[in-house]
Amino acid sequence: MDELITYGPQLLEGFLENIKLSLVAGVFALIVGTLLVAMRVSPTPVLRAAGTVYVNVVRNTPLTLVLAFSALGLSDTLGLVFSGVPRTNSFWIVSLGLGAYTAAFVCEALRSGINTVPTGQAEAARAIGLTFFQTLTLIILPQAFRAVVAPLGSVFIAMIKNTTVATAGGLLTESAANMKEIFDTTGASIPIFLGIVAGFMILTMPIGFFTGWLSQRLAVVR
Amino acid sequence: MTDHSTPLVKLENVNKHFGALHVLKDINLTVSRGEVLVVIGPSGGGKSTLCRAINRLETIDGGQIVFDGRPLPAEGKALAALRSEVGMVFQSFNLFAHKTIRENVTLGPVKVRGIARDKANARAMELLERVGIAAQADKYPAQLSGGQQQRVAIARALAMDPKMILFDEPTSALDPEMVQEVLDVMVALARDGMTMVVVTHEMGFARKAANRVVFMAEGQIVEESTPDEFFTNARTERAKDFLSKILTH
Repeated sequence: MDELITYGPQLLEGFLENIKLSLVAGVFALIVGTLLVAMRVSPTPVLRAAGTVYVNVVRNTPLTLVLAFSALGLSDTLGLVFSGVPRTNSFWIVSLGLGAYTAAFVCEALRSGINTVPTGQAEAARAIGLTFFQTLTLIILPQAFRAVVAPLGSVFIAMIKNTTVATAGGLLTESAANMKEIFDTTGASIPIFLGIVAGFMILTMPIGFFTGWLSQRLAVVR
Repeated sequence: MTDHSTPLVKLENVNKHFGALHVLKDINLTVSRGEVLVVIGPSGGGKSTLCRAINRLETIDGGQIVFDGRPLPAEGKALAALRSEVGMVFQSFNLFAHKTIRENVTLGPVKVRGIARDKANARAMELLERVGIAAQADKYPAQLSGGQQQRVAIARALAMDPKMILFDEPTSALDPEMVQEVLDVMVALARDGMTMVVVTHEMGFARKAANRVVFMAEGQIVEESTPDEFFTNARTERAKDFLSKILTH
């Protein structure tokens, strides 16, 4: 128990990093995922194909590789640098890498949501003169989002836990990396291990409950 | 009286296939301004497809459709603009399920026409009053009966001030006791001079409100005449056969 108290502040700092990563990656994933699903249902074949390729490549690549590619390929080789401070640069590289990865899952969740919206909704929207984009943003996506609030919750829970592989993208300051560093100096400690498990449950369980409640509240009655 | 002489819609040699099925065969038809045209006939005869082709919810393979002097645009903004001038009422209502009744009626005016929201709201309430649903303006579609939903759908179409309204079997999905309330609204619209193309099995409506009846079967227009003429003195065997089956009870 003593180790947990001794290293507590360091672990909490690590958790703060996990939370920050989740917030940035989550917002990025929502935006990119929505754009991707718009591409995947668009009437333009090129956009549809691009969306499909993106989702299938990114979704089927292990996250560690996506993050390693973001750090080594995009940042080191291609020169995508967000900050001169290595730690800050790594934070953004990992956030965007994780967001880009999660976006593929957000896209697929939303696409299953779109399939719950009857085709008559889109027909009625087009029949009053709404454009494709208006039909998507005013009629289809709002109903699709409501249908997949709970599955999106699962996507974000997975994403929060995925912040623990940030090391693969060169970010060594989050809680799991801290844990490994502490274990390397003091030896494995069950209290620290359980402390981290508890920490993640505190982060993720409310999301599960909240999205479950929200999905019932927002459900579209037909 | 409305001027019935200038055509609003003109279909010329319109053809349409669904795979191997030839659903519209060389259709030639004009709809005049202010005219109420009822399309009747057996299921699968191409009535709904014809109706949906007029605002291009169905594309056609051959021939052309001219609306208000211009051929139907193929896609994009021009097509959206055309659709905003042609109201449509569906068999299954298709009210926007996540929006209130009022929002259903104001969405088009606000987003397509760019009308100020308070003005659109006032107009929506006027229209909902006219179809007898004003008291339900803040409810959601699922809270209304089928007949009420269909009357809202008519108000939604009217809110765009369309040049015509297409009705695709508007009463077919309704409980029998709700059919009349929807037909009453439609008859009133017809009396007001709205140009209407109505696909329906309601012979009473056809007799009461139609200027002309078109009988369709197997993708063709088999017969075209006034309602009186058609119901009392159908010329073709196909139409007589159809009428004998639906009018005997």
